[in-house]
Amino acid sequence: MLLAAINWQTFFFALFALVACVFAAGVVFSSNVVRMAFYLVISLGATAGLFFLAGAEFVGAMQLMIYVGGTLVLLIFGVMLTAQERFVSMKTNGAEWVVSLVVGGAFLVLLVSVAFSVDDWSSPNPNQEKLGVVEANSASTVGAGLVGLRVDKLDLEEGDLQAPGMSGYLFPFVIISIHLLVVLIGAAYMARTKRRASA
Amino acid sequence: MGFFDQPLTVSHYLVIGAVLFVMGVICMATKRNAIGVLMGIELVLNGANVNFVAFGSKYLRESSLGLDGQLIALFVIVLAAGEAAVALAIALNFYNNHATIDVDNADELKG
Repeated sequence: MLLAAINWQTFFFALFALVACVFAAGVVFSSNVVRMAFYLVISLGATAGLFFLAGAEFVGAMQLMIYVGGTLVLLIFGVMLTAQERFVSMKTNGAEWVVSLVVGGAFLVLLVSVAFSVDDWSSPNPNQEKLGVVEANSASTVGAGLVGLRVDKLDLEEGDLQAPGMSGYLFPFVIISIHLLVVLIGAAYMARTKRRASA
Repeated sequence: MGFFDQPLTVSHYLVIGAVLFVMGVICMATKRNAIGVLMGIELVLNGANVNFVAFGSKYLRESSLGLDGQLIALFVIVLAAGEAAVALAIALNFYNNHATIDVDNADELKG
């Protein structure tokens, strides 16, 4: 039976990966900035699908909410505010294309050869069948990790948890919260319309 | 069949991450529109995120990074949001002052 032999995880991976890569290429090779924004939405949405398939459903949901729902809406506003006719479609000259495609191609060859060079990475997890939907509880473990509790490392010894990098992520979480607050106040201050001094 | 009856590995994800990363690099290098460059940065960050999630996934590897991969991916997403807000504010300011969004015209600081 042909259909029964299909590994559906691999099938949906191929589907999402194809969409993500094709629309990422669309972002690169389209010269119309409005279309680029639309292609980027689809590419990032398909990447969220890849995160779901890897068992990181909380990260996938955040990708959809923050990236696709927030960051890209911001980008599309930027496009709308600056999209005058001569800026909608800006052509790059051929020499720059050639140089960047050569550099990008070399980069891609390097990264792909590295991806297949380690045995541990290119061999599947032998326990993959046993890990079912029951294991999909990343939201609570991620939340506990952000307030400083590593509930996924409970089997470690007391001393191991005190090793550098093995505690939770409370401190980075606090730093990133303050950072985001400062950044957003700064962005709002910088982007506001200036009043003319003479007026 | 071949490909479709094989289980997923980390390498699959690394290849997709590499493609997204390289597309972002090419996008940053070739676009003249400042907002196009920003979109390239988003693609690069997303490619890196795919790798973090792949290494943190317990489905793909027996001894994975675990929660660390997912948490760092979350931090990257949040920082990308902040970065996009600031970069967009700079781009809008540049547009207001110079009436152009072409990055080639932003050469006032050139030595």
